[in-house]
Amino acid sequence: MNQKNTILTTPLHGLHVELGGKMMPFAGYDMPVQFPGGIIKEHQHTRTHAGLFDVSHMGQLIVSGPDVTRELERLVPVDLEALAVNQQTYAVFTNTEGGIKDDLIITRFADDEFFLVVNAACKAQDTAHLREQLSDDIKIETLASRALLALQGPTASNVMAALAPSTTELVFMRGCTATISGVECYVTRSGYTGEDGFEISVPGAEADAIARILLNYADVEPIGLGARDSLRLEAGLCLYGHDMDDNTSPVEATLLFSISKSRRPRGAKAGGFIGADSVFGHIENGVTRKRRGLLVQGRVPVREGAELFDTEGQVVGTVTSGGFGPTLQSPIALGYVASRSADFGTELFALVRGKQVPVIVAKTPFISQRYFRG
Amino acid sequence: MATLYYTEEHEWLAVEGNIATVGITDFAQQQLGDIVFVDLPEPGKEIEQGDEVVVIESVKAAGEIKSPVAGTVVAINEALADTPETVNEDPMGDGWFLKLHISNDIDLGKLLDEAGHQGLLEDS
Repeated sequence: MNQKNTILTTPLHGLHVELGGKMMPFAGYDMPVQFPGGIIKEHQHTRTHAGLFDVSHMGQLIVSGPDVTRELERLVPVDLEALAVNQQTYAVFTNTEGGIKDDLIITRFADDEFFLVVNAACKAQDTAHLREQLSDDIKIETLASRALLALQGPTASNVMAALAPSTTELVFMRGCTATISGVECYVTRSGYTGEDGFEISVPGAEADAIARILLNYADVEPIGLGARDSLRLEAGLCLYGHDMDDNTSPVEATLLFSISKSRRPRGAKAGGFIGADSVFGHIENGVTRKRRGLLVQGRVPVREGAELFDTEGQVVGTVTSGGFGPTLQSPIALGYVASRSADFGTELFALVRGKQVPVIVAKTPFISQRYFRG
Repeated sequence: MATLYYTEEHEWLAVEGNIATVGITDFAQQQLGDIVFVDLPEPGKEIEQGDEVVVIESVKAAGEIKSPVAGTVVAINEALADTPETVNEDPMGDGWFLKLHISNDIDLGKLLDEAGHQGLLEDS
């Protein structure tokens, strides 16, 4: 097979195979979709105990240099000056039309140094964008050999308390360096499941050992990308390339929270980022479509690409992510809905194999997020 | 006594007289993962060989079952509406999908017996 020559692996690939992971290509990497327990069990385990995810396929970058804060602020509509050292924020890279090039997490490492975690599929494009947009004084370091583990779930902090006690003092969206079994890691209180949890950036060579230490705890089970997707969907978190893309503005995507107040119209540092005119137009004049949650009535899963209709039969939108929510025990979806039909509680239909499936426009998250805020 | 046949797509059909019961094998349910919905045809529907007759939705994706034989749907497994997970738990038994009244002689050349099915599993 040709693919074998080009497909990438993470430092945990051997462990995934050993654990019986069902491996499939994802964003160029051979990744486990599920382990023998199956997606529903893995999902429920993460909601009740702690799940270990390999997210090493994601891009880890360090951007540093004089005035890097101001330079990065041209690429993301975030008040990075206000970000404390070891604090992190969700952000989007905007394009000239005000669309979203990628979404990312930015952590301030030092006054003039930021740690970026970007989507696997966007790594190369993001690095090129940074190199093109930032001045030559700014250093962009790709941490290609580093692994990223996520430990997510209500008992994740018990595990971390035993391994690296200082990390349990972190609140949501804060990070610190910590030594786990003699290995220096960077640990943040963050994740993509809606649960309390941690992300652990480790040197690739040590990742397998750290993962095995974590899996030795009775509460910790390995979780594949299948459950990662169902967990984030229930938590109402967007997946880049599906729930937003180059043609979607942060306002349409209902990601206004990713634009700091100071960077919005009439803010102290209003605008000054790529595509600000378009984004401001959306903020000031409203948008014609909005991302919404969809509660599916009945049991038929409504998936990406399904068209949405109002009760008069007019097309009013499209589903961008959909599947079964194991915690809700019901199919759920995210999609874009014409603003006139986007009020919460509006009854719509999704067309699935020629049949009308009733859905109700709903707020996200579908489950309550349980982040640790101290 | 029903005679059990398999397809290369890991479906099974148990033929007794002119009635064929259709389902998927243990291998197929493992490949699909947790099944959350099974879309079955209406009883009475006429099916041609190769028609998409059942859609199986797992957490992750939808998969279609093409009918291995032509016939008329005479029964569907109504219990799967509330407990689709039965297909994972007992694919060869309580997780059956539908019963067809076979209209033509079965084209045995396209079906596998137990030995052929085992051979297929070893190649998978």
